[in-house]
Amino acid sequence: MTEYTEMLNRERNAEWRVALRNSVPNKERIAIERVKMTEVEPHERIKSQTCEVNRGLKAEQAQREASRCMDCVTPTCVEGCPVSINIPKFVKQIEAGKFLDAAVTLKEFSALPAVCGRVCPQEKQCELKCFYQQKMQKEPVAIGYLERFAADYERLSGKIQIPKVEARNGIKVAAIGSGPSSLSFAGDMIKFGYEVTVFEALHEIGGVLKYGIPEFRLPNSVVDVELENLKEMGVTFEKNFVVGRTASFDDLKELGYKAFFVGSGAGLPNFMNIPGENLNGVMSSNEYLTRVNLMYANQSDSDTPVMLGKRVAVIGGGNTAMDAVRTSKRLGAERSIIIYRRSLEEMPARLEEIKHAQEEGIEFMNLANPVEYLADAGGRVAKVRLQRMKLGEPDASGRRRPVAIEGDIVEIEVDLVIVAIGVSPNPLIPASLAGLKMSRYGTIEVNEETMQSSIPEIFAGGDIVRGGATVILAMGDGRRAAASMHRYLQEKYKKPTGK
Amino acid sequence: MRSGFFVRKIKLIQRLICMNKIVEKYKLSENVCKFIVEAPMIAKSRKPGNFVILRVGDKGERIPLTIVDSDIEKGTITLIVQNVGASSRKLCQLGAGEFITDMVGPLGKATHIYKAGTILALGGGVGVAPLFPIVKAFKEAGNRVITILAARNKDLVILENEMRQWSDEVIVMTDDGSSGRKGLVTEGAEEVIKREKVDECVAIGPAIMMKFCALLTKKYDVPTQVSLNTIMVDGTGMCGACRVTVNGETKFTCIDGPEFNAHQIDFDELLQRMRAYKNEEDQARNKK
Ligand SMILES: Cc1cc2nc3c(=O)[nH]c(=O)nc-3n(C[C@H](O)[C@H](O)[C@H](O)COP(=O)(O)OP(=O)(O)OC[C@H]3O[C@@H](n4cnc5c(N)ncnc54)[C@H](O)[C@@H]3O)c2cc1C
Ligand code: SF4
Ligand code: FES
Repeated sequence: MTEYTEMLNRERNAEWRVALRNSVPNKERIAIERVKMTEVEPHERIKSQTCEVNRGLKAEQAQREASRCMDCVTPTCVEGCPVSINIPKFVKQIEAGKFLDAAVTLKEFSALPAVCGRVCPQEKQCELKCFYQQKMQKEPVAIGYLERFAADYERLSGKIQIPKVEARNGIKVAAIGSGPSSLSFAGDMIKFGYEVTVFEALHEIGGVLKYGIPEFRLPNSVVDVELENLKEMGVTFEKNFVVGRTASFDDLKELGYKAFFVGSGAGLPNFMNIPGENLNGVMSSNEYLTRVNLMYANQSDSDTPVMLGKRVAVIGGGNTAMDAVRTSKRLGAERSIIIYRRSLEEMPARLEEIKHAQEEGIEFMNLANPVEYLADAGGRVAKVRLQRMKLGEPDASGRRRPVAIEGDIVEIEVDLVIVAIGVSPNPLIPASLAGLKMSRYGTIEVNEETMQSSIPEIFAGGDIVRGGATVILAMGDGRRAAASMHRYLQEKYKKPTGK
Repeated sequence: MRSGFFVRKIKLIQRLICMNKIVEKYKLSENVCKFIVEAPMIAKSRKPGNFVILRVGDKGERIPLTIVDSDIEKGTITLIVQNVGASSRKLCQLGAGEFITDMVGPLGKATHIYKAGTILALGGGVGVAPLFPIVKAFKEAGNRVITILAARNKDLVILENEMRQWSDEVIVMTDDGSSGRKGLVTEGAEEVIKREKVDECVAIGPAIMMKFCALLTKKYDVPTQVSLNTIMVDGTGMCGACRVTVNGETKFTCIDGPEFNAHQIDFDELLQRMRAYKNEEDQARNKK
């Protein structure tokens, strides 16, 4: 890490940074209020599944926000970032009006800044560690908004820099799955000169970014630009291809693939195994969101149906639950209710999503846990019985454990229930690879530094290794795996001198 | 840099990976079509009991279809589809030379094929199609195979000749007696079970038919497999639309099945769940 801190320091002492720092006294910087994101009004935005809520910052707004940053000697924000982005550098580049440079800085560390700027839980990462938040009890620098600003600026400028790629080395590698982990892996490997194919089981590339996260939070166009860039750099995409089924690892080896990155995600939805859970009208958030986001079931020209509800209950308190409940509002529900067994404070969802949900009229029934679903005469869910909870002692995760209040049961009327209580690793790959070491949670075990599995030519990262995690962690894994696979392959296939 | 090597590579991949071109199309009955589709990878990897999921058109639905047969040499698979809803109609409207937008597979677990002795294979309606590869595989594994094909009437009996080729005996039964014997599949099955020792039964057809077959074979203690055609979306275990209760536990048909022990299935729940989108489907039919 010292090497990295040295680099941060060196950058900080660059002439332009020093000049910029000295141009405005810190007192003035501190006096500036944190920027407010421009948002579409709640009553407007709930009319459309594709209308992005956050509209982004204007250049003046971004520069003003960037000027709040004091360019600290020890930038603690960087410690909060899972991929150690040189935050003060890109923020100061924005302040200096060098927006395209800021985007380049971001891309040194993150393969998908426009995505991460929109979906990272900044309030638990960089912004949590910001000096303003830590030492001054003030609102942190809006690092997330600024990240998004720089990435969007570059995209909309039409001046996206397609990174230079090394000459092809003729070695074929494969990425399995096309979520953020595989995409960032592919981006790095193609730069190193490998022949990269990304295999995806579905008919769309992007993983959760396409089938899960709705367009009101992450427009498809943002993801598509990243995909176009990868194609431009030479990455091949194969849709409708389930590795382990359409072809086995051995088949792919026969086709010349020398190493594999498994980024197959945590696709398997969890259920609670309570009575009535298989009634019609009870479904997983994955099913609900897939029908809408991937299959466009809400559009009249789509062949895929989706059940609509007037009174929709969504079980869970994560980002997936927020996405599902806000989707239900957009599809015309009269009541959309979050049912969560702890309190608002413990909710794992991004703060901004909870705020947006509240603005949109989502009801929150916290400290309640479903115990049974009851059907109407036609066999469709009509009621949910809820056990009221209270918070007890903190558990291993440090959050206070919810405990049932004996006998305190309520029933509410619902006609659609969406279960969003988490996912388990997709079992398709492990099932098709004898000898791959798995944890007892069904995740692939890897060396944390190299992301290499128990089978030397197989690397893995993202949710298949971590269980349900985040986009940024998946992306970081993909990049680390690329770096170490590169070392591994260079070692193994070192060209003998001469030919 | 992006010269010959790339072109060759792309050609190789195009040749190896599913192209989804319909090479032949036949009409088996008024509402049932048979397609031979180019899909070399799937043809090579598939086993009896596997299915594909396909989509027709940009806004097409993902529909599961059993792989009825394959030809590894030609790189093709056979699919049989009944025109029952908006999506299957779209597929049936395609002709030879046209392409299926997306197709992925083989999905699902393969049938456990082994030498059991005598197999009783029961097929109802278009369920005869998914039954065919299983009959063929059991026959090839050296079993005695008795097949009963049931349909509403003569025009709806499919694959009779193919089944005869791979069965020791074929009994055709129709509701109206217009072909073979008049009666329900369960009546024919019961006669066979009473007549000789059946070691294993496989039943595929409408859920209600499978339910009654299961009740019958349970009575005679004949181990029975059924292949479920639940609602599906992704077919890779990601959504849970295909949930079914087997032996009191929730299973996902697409990855844990599609075949299950018939005597352990909660058929009433299954029937209920298969009606989940009834209203929406009616709307879709009216829409088109
Ligand atoms: C609704 C929802 C909202 C979320 N919101 C946020 C958020 O706001 N912020 C955040 O940081 N994180 C969020 N997450 C979590 C985040 O999306 C994931 O952590 C991240 O996408 C994991 O990336 P991945 O690369 O591991 O795999 P995924 O994105 O899960 O992609 C895996 C892909 O692999 C494919 N696949 C699986 N098996 C095979 C196979 N055998 N062959 C070929 N392909 C295969 C799958 O079809 C899938 O497309 C959210 C998740 C969901 C579901
Ligand atoms: S901690 Fe906050 S103020 Fe300090 S450099 Fe990072 S973003 Fe700027
Ligand atoms: S079809 Fe989605 S999990 Fe089976």
